[in-house]
Amino acid sequence: MAEVDTSSGGSHKKGPGVKKSKKLSTRVDLTPMVDLGFLLITFFVFTTTMAQNTAMNMNEPKDDKDKEMKVKNSGAMTILLGKGNQIYYYYGQLEAEKVSEQFKSTNYKDIRKLILDKKNATPIDDLMYIIKSDNESTFKNAIDILDEMTISAVPPGHYAEVDMIPVEKELIKQTELANGIK
Amino acid sequence: MTAMCDVAFLLLTFFILATKQKPPEVLSVKTPTSVSSTAAPEKSILITLTKDGKVFLMLGDDTKKAQIIEDFNTTRGLQLNSNELAKLKKWEFIGLPANKLKSALNLAQEIPASQQEGIPTDTTNNELSYWMRSVTNAYAGGDQRDLEKMLLVKGDGEALYPIFKNVKNAFKANDLFKFRIVTEGENVPLGSELYKTGKTEKK
Repeated sequence: MAEVDTSSGGSHKKGPGVKKSKKLSTRVDLTPMVDLGFLLITFFVFTTTMAQNTAMNMNEPKDDKDKEMKVKNSGAMTILLGKGNQIYYYYGQLEAEKVSEQFKSTNYKDIRKLILDKKNATPIDDLMYIIKSDNESTFKNAIDILDEMTISAVPPGHYAEVDMIPVEKELIKQTELANGIK
Repeated sequence: MTAMCDVAFLLLTFFILATKQKPPEVLSVKTPTSVSSTAAPEKSILITLTKDGKVFLMLGDDTKKAQIIEDFNTTRGLQLNSNELAKLKKWEFIGLPANKLKSALNLAQEIPASQQEGIPTDTTNNELSYWMRSVTNAYAGGDQRDLEKMLLVKGDGEALYPIFKNVKNAFKANDLFKFRIVTEGENVPLGSELYKTGKTEKK
């Protein structure tokens, strides 16, 4: 590897009577330079491909009051996106007496398993995920949950984004207060 | 050795230059990730949502840009003269309410992105839907799918959901139900359902 010969500097002083030191080769070892070059190349190759933007398709339903879809209670899972990257969910319909049992909270890591479990436990025709976003949830949350649907291979048409109803807003508020989420 | 070194640096220079080919983005937005593998089209009608909830419109299709702007001018009664229209066409993005466009166009300098207030999208005055109407007007007669392919929404992950909803409402108001969201590619998680069905399958 490249080593600069420093020993020739101090001790071998050129003076009268001292024999001229051996002529040093001007060739420099290029190995480290090439190494560096390839390292940078690899770096740029990776960064250019990684930053590729992709496009996710979105299909919005037409707002049509007459064509509202009926969903079976047994096959429905409602996913509520709250603030602070929190998810709340319940199965079927909220029943006044059993709300505290039904209404559960989770996060974006654990939701995948829940989605999958529901998918496996329900006949595909009845399956429906209802996604509702809180006003304080973020754009990322909305995309992430749609992405989760794709990851769990939920067929299109078996999940939909719906507006939140006041009861759910109230429940989220209460849970947030209880859990201290700001 | 010298030859190898030459090749290395040639490649290095190439990649450095190639990365800079992408136009610098005026609006910095950190997009969410998704497993989608379709590449985002270059030519697009791009709606950008910034972190602080501003909405910007970029008309990337130069063939129709003039038409869209002129249509917006007439339908919204902005009374921009040909000079102002030409100036507006040169803007890379539009991030001002319609009533402030005329005065902004008469300024000597363009207002920097950070000082533009964004296109209003609230329910009472959803100007983005007027813009989208002009867009649909300009593409009327052509294949609707071509337009759908070009409609892109690019949002910062931290933008709040209601803004995205307003954008969706602007689309819906013009019967545009299909659009795309710009995301950063991500690998399909190992062991997930999608992974099992085959990574090559494109959605």
